[in-house]
Amino acid sequence: MIQAPDLPVWAAIIVGLLLLGGAVVTLIGTLGLLRLKTFYERVHAPTLGTTLGSALVLAASMVCFTVLQSRPVAHELLIGLFVTLTTPVTLMLLARAAIYRDRSEGVLPVPPSSRVPPRDE
Amino acid sequence: MSTLFLALVITAAQIILGLSMLCAAYRMLRGPRAQDRVLGLDALYLGAMLLLVTYGVQTGRTLYYEAALAIGLLGFAGTVALSKFLMRGEVIE
Amino acid sequence: MRRLLPFPLLTLALLVMWVLLTGFSPGHVVLGGLVAALVSRTMLSLEPEVTGFRPGLAVLRLAALVVADIVRSNIAVARIVLFRGVEHKSGFLHLPIELRNPYALAILAVIITATPGTLWVEHDARRHIILIHVLDLVDEEEWIQLIKHRYERLLMEIFE
Repeated sequence: MIQAPDLPVWAAIIVGLLLLGGAVVTLIGTLGLLRLKTFYERVHAPTLGTTLGSALVLAASMVCFTVLQSRPVAHELLIGLFVTLTTPVTLMLLARAAIYRDRSEGVLPVPPSSRVPPRDE
Repeated sequence: MSTLFLALVITAAQIILGLSMLCAAYRMLRGPRAQDRVLGLDALYLGAMLLLVTYGVQTGRTLYYEAALAIGLLGFAGTVALSKFLMRGEVIE
Repeated sequence: MRRLLPFPLLTLALLVMWVLLTGFSPGHVVLGGLVAALVSRTMLSLEPEVTGFRPGLAVLRLAALVVADIVRSNIAVARIVLFRGVEHKSGFLHLPIELRNPYALAILAVIITATPGTLWVEHDARRHIILIHVLDLVDEEEWIQLIKHRYERLLMEIFE
């Protein structure tokens, strides 16, 4: 049940610290999902996990496999690049959808649409 | 000795990531509005991806890496589709 | 050379991605190079606009700045989430912008949204104003100056 790769002590400490740090940062981000009051505040919360959180966890994985296979392993960079490029796109789309819905219902104090002739795209 | 330390730390990290997935799942189930649920789902995807990476570190296999990549891709496509739906689904002419 | 590889940066990126995914071996470098050269030619049929991208020191400076800012604002947002005592007031912010290049604007959007605490919401292409949501909006003017001085100037250096 409990298992771990056979790493030298220095590598084990580095991997362990990186993993714990990444997991804690991700948890703080999702705690923000619970604790912040409005939707527009909550949108900021998951970016903690997608930037620093995933960077730390992926770095831990890179160190672990580089030491295990004694050759540089960097394919985790692809996940990192992918995550940092895609989350802004999803969050922007989500924020625009939310602001569109709020404007059409007029529930929250959101700035009015700046497009001069109001038409749907 | 170092193996035992690492095993404990990895398990702790997995528990923490699991807790963060629980927070995201709570937001997904409770709402209050549709955009909050989509945001929760997105965070849930991210937690699952990072959890898979920690399993990869634990077992020393690269199999989990490919699963994490697939989850990342699917999460992106899913959230984009849902956001699009939120924008278009409410257009009442 | 230009006709053979119309998008050298894209070809290189595809080759690096192929090698990272399959592991380094001479055979895969050759195969990946072939695939990258062929696949990047499909961009020809899309006829993308000229980016005006000028590689240089400014790119590295921008990357270092973004990484440092992401780490710093991670800590700032974590403080807001963890301690209820920390005063914060979130709000929307209209920001006049001088960038016109669509690629530069896209990069600015990704940078602003990827940094915790700020979120790009809309861009008004006619009046050149962007709408940003800021989690910790203490001083509007300070944020406007920050984004204009930190990112916009460097992006203009890179793209225009």
